[in-house]
Amino acid sequence: MSTPVEALATTEEDLKTRILYRLMRLAQDRWRTLILIIPFTWLLVFFLAPFFLVLKISLAETIIASPPFTPMIEWVDEGIMHVRVVVDNYAYLWEDDLYVNTYLSSLKISTVSTILCLLLGYPMAYAIVRSNHTTKHILLMLIILPFWTSFLLRVYAWLGLLADQGTINDLLIALGIIDEPIRMLYTHFAVYVGIVYTYVPFMILPLYANLEKLDWELLEAAADLGAKPMATFFTVTLPLTLPGVIAGSLLVFIPATGEYVIPDLLGGGNVLMIGRVLYNEFNANVDWPVASAVAIALLLLLVLPMMLYQHIQGKETESHE
Amino acid sequence: MNNGKRSIFLLSMLSFGIAFLYVPMIMLVIYSFNKSKIVPIWGGFSTKWYGVLFESPEIWEAVSLSLRIATVNACFATILGTLAGLALVRFGQFKGRTLFSGMISAPLVMPEVITGLSLLLLFITLKEFIGWPDQRGFTTITIAHITFSMAYVAVIIQSRLAGMAQDLEEAAQDLGAKPLRVLTDITLPLIAPGMLAGWLLSFTLSLDDLIIASFVSGPGAVTLPILIYSRVKVGLRPDINALATIIILVVAIGVVTAGYIMLRQQKQRERDLKMTAEET
Repeated sequence: MSTPVEALATTEEDLKTRILYRLMRLAQDRWRTLILIIPFTWLLVFFLAPFFLVLKISLAETIIASPPFTPMIEWVDEGIMHVRVVVDNYAYLWEDDLYVNTYLSSLKISTVSTILCLLLGYPMAYAIVRSNHTTKHILLMLIILPFWTSFLLRVYAWLGLLADQGTINDLLIALGIIDEPIRMLYTHFAVYVGIVYTYVPFMILPLYANLEKLDWELLEAAADLGAKPMATFFTVTLPLTLPGVIAGSLLVFIPATGEYVIPDLLGGGNVLMIGRVLYNEFNANVDWPVASAVAIALLLLLVLPMMLYQHIQGKETESHE
Repeated sequence: MNNGKRSIFLLSMLSFGIAFLYVPMIMLVIYSFNKSKIVPIWGGFSTKWYGVLFESPEIWEAVSLSLRIATVNACFATILGTLAGLALVRFGQFKGRTLFSGMISAPLVMPEVITGLSLLLLFITLKEFIGWPDQRGFTTITIAHITFSMAYVAVIIQSRLAGMAQDLEEAAQDLGAKPLRVLTDITLPLIAPGMLAGWLLSFTLSLDDLIIASFVSGPGAVTLPILIYSRVKVGLRPDINALATIIILVVAIGVVTAGYIMLRQQKQRERDLKMTAEET
């Protein structure tokens, strides 16, 4: 039996606990805010804001001045704001065959490269998953190793291999297969080789992660039920590893579309790619508004694949939780 | 296709793929010992290009600048990326979460030309309005590198945290540990390997970047990739082959050592598990 005084004491105790709890929550929230606000602010300033700047400049006119474009907002007389938005740069891109062709050419090159990476990467990932423990470890290491070396130097390596007087031509001539060197460097072929060479690990790794999780008993079941290996592959294995195929393809397709180094070093002037046009427009022609418009147009081209990638990434993280 | 044919197909694809990845690198190394100045023509064995490389002051300056940028970048990116990863996995829903997670994963797939261009325009605009950065170089390149490196760190931390149950953190909290204490005593040690991996990745990404650095760099700030590019642009250079050989050697030693340690740890863990299983 409790007296009113005792009851009061309990509620006071209760109140104390409650206040303490509130204070702890507040402290925790403070920490949370702090943890969140630092990276958030960094990204807002150095990632998001710059995009709006590019968008803004793409809507300006080129002038010979510093900076070489017209301001978007001008104050005319007493407080009358004059907003100047020009879509000429986009019209220029659309009307000029060079830009349209460059976009199409970039898309074609990145699509074909993605397919080539998939055709090479899938069997490789499959073979790695099926090998024994130690071999698997060594093979994975061999796939990852080039990734830690210099990208630029790996592209450079192909200059010596593909040149007219390069290793491959020398070898083919020495073997008597050809009499005259074949032109390989500064062609589309060289660009495809360069892209597949540098991006195929990005295809193999997500595929490997996906195949590793595959329930191999399903394949045995399919075989037991009389399915031929090819049929099993196309009806069981491939559909189950589709997330890996999509993730790997996007990891190749997206950066390959905007690639600069490979077309510049291996493609020479013969291969049109948008990343190279953007770079030259900005650095050689000093045409900032057009370069910005090219960047925005490239972004529009890639926004769907990028959102798709984000969606898959999000699902992947959730499935872990 | 029967099983035998399938294995032959898989094995030949694998061998072809590995050869495709490694033959060009091996050729780079071989030609670094070429006496002749013209790279693809063999003129006898020589190590003179290593001498040429080591005597070039520009190379040393570029290496030093790149290493400094990479180190500062890796430290900042690891801190920022870890905070971002923590927030994304452990904070549940909060205002602006979609925007935040979008900004974290976008740099992973953003074409470098766009990132480079947009950051340069930002730096130029900032200079106009607040007078900073007064010149482009070390600081601007480092900031640019942190921005994309932290995204990689965040993804690593995110996947590590997501694969881990929250039990330990909750237990510590129930036992009265304050949030900060939970963070320093439980969460951080758990994600430390992820942070190390993130640091190393950020370091390498920074050392490797050419395009973003060329956009945001100013006169006088020549990083190693910018220097290499300016040299290989005009053709093959045996001294660049020598440099490539050194880089490949350092990376190979690092990766093989790390791989060996990981393999041994894994085997040890398997043995331990087996022993525990036998005892019970």
